[in-house]
Amino acid sequence: MSALFEFCLRMGDNTLVLGHRVSEWCGHAPVLEEDIALANTALDLIGQTQMWLGLAADVEGQGRSADDLAFLRDAWDFRNLLLVEQPNGDFGVTMMRQFLFDAWHLGQLETLIDSADDRVSAIAQKAIKEVTYHFDRSSGLVIGLGDGSDESHARMQTALDLLWPFAGEGFEADATDLELAGAGIAPNPAGLRAAFDARVEQVLQRATLSLPESRFAHRGGRTGARHSEHLGHMLATMQVLQRSYPGATW
Amino acid sequence: MSKQWPLWEIFIRGQHGLNHRHVGSLHAPDADTAIKHARDVYTRRNEGVSIWAVEAQHIAASSPSEKGPLYEPSESKVYRHPTFFDIPDDVGAM
Repeated sequence: MSALFEFCLRMGDNTLVLGHRVSEWCGHAPVLEEDIALANTALDLIGQTQMWLGLAADVEGQGRSADDLAFLRDAWDFRNLLLVEQPNGDFGVTMMRQFLFDAWHLGQLETLIDSADDRVSAIAQKAIKEVTYHFDRSSGLVIGLGDGSDESHARMQTALDLLWPFAGEGFEADATDLELAGAGIAPNPAGLRAAFDARVEQVLQRATLSLPESRFAHRGGRTGARHSEHLGHMLATMQVLQRSYPGATW
Repeated sequence: MSKQWPLWEIFIRGQHGLNHRHVGSLHAPDADTAIKHARDVYTRRNEGVSIWAVEAQHIAASSPSEKGPLYEPSESKVYRHPTFFDIPDDVGAM
């Protein structure tokens, strides 16, 4: 398996899994305006998925399409961060997960714009406009809810404590990352950590939230070694139509 | 204390229009969020290039009950429409 194929799966599976998770809110958000905003975010992420998995399919050259990769792979073939497959929880957990992902995603795309691979660079340039807005929105909500009522503050701190152990996985480098970094195609994830920390700490300070001291990080999502139990359940829902009626179109 | 967010009136300037036009209203806790909500609710289909949000309570509105004194006097003043001039043909379209 080529490093570029693996990399495209990692990017595309992040946006696919988070996009599906966020779409689970459709019709259930606390207020109409947030419901529409969540649906917009989900659609942005699914759109980015089409580009990343489309490129993955091209790079692989085995005749598979982006749809095949999305709907016909099982959990162990997914390469998303454990963070994005975590369940929605309450609105606070959903927005904290979004905020931590957006902060990582934005730093990643800022570097990918200068990728030595034109196709990667083109996707990053398109996606970064959407992700800049995602980060702006999730930051605003984390600040508003964190520095809000006693209840909203407590829920956001709980969400941060719950999700922080999933924030570090995006900065761990393996052989795939080192090969792509050497070729100038994608950054070494470890180099993105400082900017991420600065971005996150600035928002959390305004949100009056305390960053957990532990740097312990769950891992195994982006390498496919060990996903959490939640991914399989999510895929069962997401893939049921193509699994039950292979090749169905409408 | 009400837990309802205040109401905001949203005005959007379209790609080709010159003026901001009222497109509807929404709820938001503050001005920044009102702009974000307006972006998400009213510009999903490429409708605009600029957004104004005004908290509804800051809009002064005429009262429907004053319709008579406010508007009816102008009904009988047709001479305020410039339709009584003879325009020479060679002026062309006005």
